[in-house]
Amino acid sequence: MKVVVCVKQVPDTKGGVKFNPDGTLDRAAMLTIMNPDDKAGLEAALRLKDQYGAEVTVVTMGLPKAEEVLREAIAMGADKGILVTDRVLGGADTWATSQTLAGAIRNLEYDLIITGRQAIDGDTAQVGPQISEHLGIPVISYAQKIEVEGDSVIVERQYDDRYHVLKAKMPCLVTALAELNEPRYMTPGGIFDAYNAEITVWGRADLKDVDDSNLGLKGSPTQIAKASDKVRKGAGEKVTLDPTESVDYIIGKLKEKHVI
Amino acid sequence: MNLAEYKGVFVFAQQVDNEVSGIALELIGKGKDLANDLGTEVTAVLVGSDVKALADELAAYGADKVIVVDDPELKEYRTEPYAHALASVIEKYKPEIFLVGATAIGRDLGPRVSARIHTGLTADCTQLEIGDFPINPVPGKEQLHNQLLMTRPAFGGNTIATIACPNFRPQMATVRPGVMQKLPKDESKKAVIEEFNPGFTPDNKYVEILKVVKSVVDTVDIMDAKILVSGGRGVGSAENFKLLDDLAEVLGATVSCSRAVVDAGWKPKDLQVGQTGKTVRPNVYFAIGISGAIQHLAGMEESDIIIAINKDETAPIFDVADYGIVGDLNKILPALTEKLKAEIAAK
Repeated sequence: MKVVVCVKQVPDTKGGVKFNPDGTLDRAAMLTIMNPDDKAGLEAALRLKDQYGAEVTVVTMGLPKAEEVLREAIAMGADKGILVTDRVLGGADTWATSQTLAGAIRNLEYDLIITGRQAIDGDTAQVGPQISEHLGIPVISYAQKIEVEGDSVIVERQYDDRYHVLKAKMPCLVTALAELNEPRYMTPGGIFDAYNAEITVWGRADLKDVDDSNLGLKGSPTQIAKASDKVRKGAGEKVTLDPTESVDYIIGKLKEKHVI
Repeated sequence: MNLAEYKGVFVFAQQVDNEVSGIALELIGKGKDLANDLGTEVTAVLVGSDVKALADELAAYGADKVIVVDDPELKEYRTEPYAHALASVIEKYKPEIFLVGATAIGRDLGPRVSARIHTGLTADCTQLEIGDFPINPVPGKEQLHNQLLMTRPAFGGNTIATIACPNFRPQMATVRPGVMQKLPKDESKKAVIEEFNPGFTPDNKYVEILKVVKSVVDTVDIMDAKILVSGGRGVGSAENFKLLDDLAEVLGATVSCSRAVVDAGWKPKDLQVGQTGKTVRPNVYFAIGISGAIQHLAGMEESDIIIAINKDETAPIFDVADYGIVGDLNKILPALTEKLKAEIAAK
């Protein structure tokens, strides 16, 4: 069984968000991590490796620095890392990103593709389903449990007030929630392997069956009209009173606003 | 692609178990605004099995036209048949704008549809308007008019970006539930109802539903509440939420919570307000023992009146609260509940 996992290197919001003078994110000044939903997806793949001896290939698209997340994935137990990086791929929206990753994955054999549901920098949740569409395979998003049965995958798909247990024939793409599992730590042996591992690097020329018009900034249907820091509503009153006075204060306001 | 061929504002009228979702009505309301600006109509696309009877409700909330795609394959939501339904509607009717709710269903369906028909999709929009792109004239670049400008928070609510889709149609967006306003219901309004079935032939992309497991807890939708009493880590324990339950009962309010509370296992996820939870805009939002992380603020700051109680006077929640009380919730809440009881009884 062959599993491909797509991961993204994202800025770590816990370290604080830093901006360039023009209002864009200062990615260089922020620490980076493997996107949490993607890491859960990787863990799910590694469990299939533990159980069925699945071969796990991890693919990322990004700057050359993004090879760090591939080494982390190998240190956790992945077999192979592929970095897709090329200047002409930069500035991609979700359409162009999914086209790029689909173009890379067409070179690989796969039964199952796992992506995170969404990345914490963009929060779009689009790239996974879009990859599946480009590859013409089924998608099951928001997986909270993944099992393999013969040539099919059985997935619990989370909704607001319910979940579905779905069965799809492989090949299939599944998007994972961070809640899916608790990702394992890197092992010392794994870190050693990762340090020595050769990372495969692919550029534009290595992408299969993708037209230039679907790649990078030029191939992105959406364009940014404006970006800015969020303007927040200003603070109102703030009072420090004893409990009885606080109660009178709140009730006074509720009356003033005709809530009671 | 001949962009001029694409006309009209379409919205996906999500239904679950043959009940129209609130987001469908919100999208019709917003769609109507946009349609007025463009001098066109708003069309609701209703997809399901035996759902035709719901069309009148969509009309009462402002839909000028309803396209019904009704097929047994569409009974329970599945990505492929629903994507096929919407992509076929788009191919046939050629709308210039297509809105989908940013619900669990919409965020799965939207990307699949946009990828199939090759257009852009902007996720989780909180504001939509018709305007020029580029917004300000740029020398050497044609300024296009009547474009859909889609504004969305990114990076956990730290930045906002406005996105356009100038060269592809329809301009597609998923829209956060609870942000747009539905129109008042008017039973006298009727819509043109049209049935359309593109044909559904199961293939490898159709997944099989083995089981549907509904949550056993009877859930209240915090997005419908007029008053929310919301608790954070500062409440201290699951048991201590009793103080919030009591206050909520007196006010006829609903209890909600922050992410920390869900992570601690004190409350279920569907009561969570914030970026990874729900967006709410009640008349009154009590933030009790909630520090006010940016992700939380993103989900509640549009509330009409925000009343915050927190021990820590530097808590960021006070930056958005209309009325902030620095104090101990354990002392204030019981006294507040008692006094409110007396006030209401005296009326």
